[in-house]
Amino acid sequence: MLLGVVAFGVIAGVAMVASGIPPLAAMLMSLLVFAGASMVASAQLLSSGTPALLVILTTIFINLRFMMYSASLRMHFQHEPLRWRLLFGYLIADNVYGLTLMRAANHPAPREFFLGAGVAVWAAWQIAVAAGILIGAGVPASWRLEFAAPLAFIAMSIPMLRDRAMVAAAVVAALTVIAAHALPLKLSIAAAALAGIAAGMLAEKLER
Amino acid sequence: MTLWLTLLGMALVTYGLRASFLLLPPGIETPALVRRALRYVPAAVLTAIWAPELVFAPGMEQLAAGVVAIAVAWRWRLTFVTILAGLASLHLFHWLL
Repeated sequence: MLLGVVAFGVIAGVAMVASGIPPLAAMLMSLLVFAGASMVASAQLLSSGTPALLVILTTIFINLRFMMYSASLRMHFQHEPLRWRLLFGYLIADNVYGLTLMRAANHPAPREFFLGAGVAVWAAWQIAVAAGILIGAGVPASWRLEFAAPLAFIAMSIPMLRDRAMVAAAVVAALTVIAAHALPLKLSIAAAALAGIAAGMLAEKLER
Repeated sequence: MTLWLTLLGMALVTYGLRASFLLLPPGIETPALVRRALRYVPAAVLTAIWAPELVFAPGMEQLAAGVVAIAVAWRWRLTFVTILAGLASLHLFHWLL
């Protein structure tokens, strides 16, 4: 599991530097934002001169999934003290969430588990990004490492397609983002997110 | 300057999304409709990020390598293997096509 985190972290570091933002800004982004998909996407947008507000809007849509994790983890953590919940909020990540849910299925109090997994993933991620930033300049462009970013998103999204409604959400999102490609400044992602959600909910309703 | 402000904005919205429901006081129920809608966000958004990178790439090799990566991810569900298979096929198709 950590191997996947490290691989994606290195790729995110390489991709950010390759798109032209300063190494220091890339590392600071990793520490503050700590969300790989949005970091790679916004580094591309920033280097092409996209206005700040649109970069932030794109970040919101890409990271909207954390809100779903937050809503789901609330079931387990709503009675923890506020300072713990403030920390847990920062540590939520795709794989930490997945692991915690699996664990919570047969253990009642996953607080220590979440904290352990969260800190391990966080540390592995930061070290991997730093390594990616450092080697970013050294890897020849002919290796085509920038293609690893979409590959990492494929690796994250395909295993989620476990039922028909989820497949409907993904397929409609893909078709929408392609059809709306002409929209300026990645607004196509927002359109695809909304269409995908609607398709998933509709498919869920039709199946019942 | 704009870069740093943008970073700060990204950090704030991302933390806000992460912490959102965790910071609500105990006892408040998440509306069922919101929970149902949020369930589809990760699959929809992640797919919307990679699909254009395959379809609108300059050559055909990205699309072909992407299809291989999708098959590998579907079959084995391993991040690292998927990335390796995708990169290897990219170079293979580049050489072939």
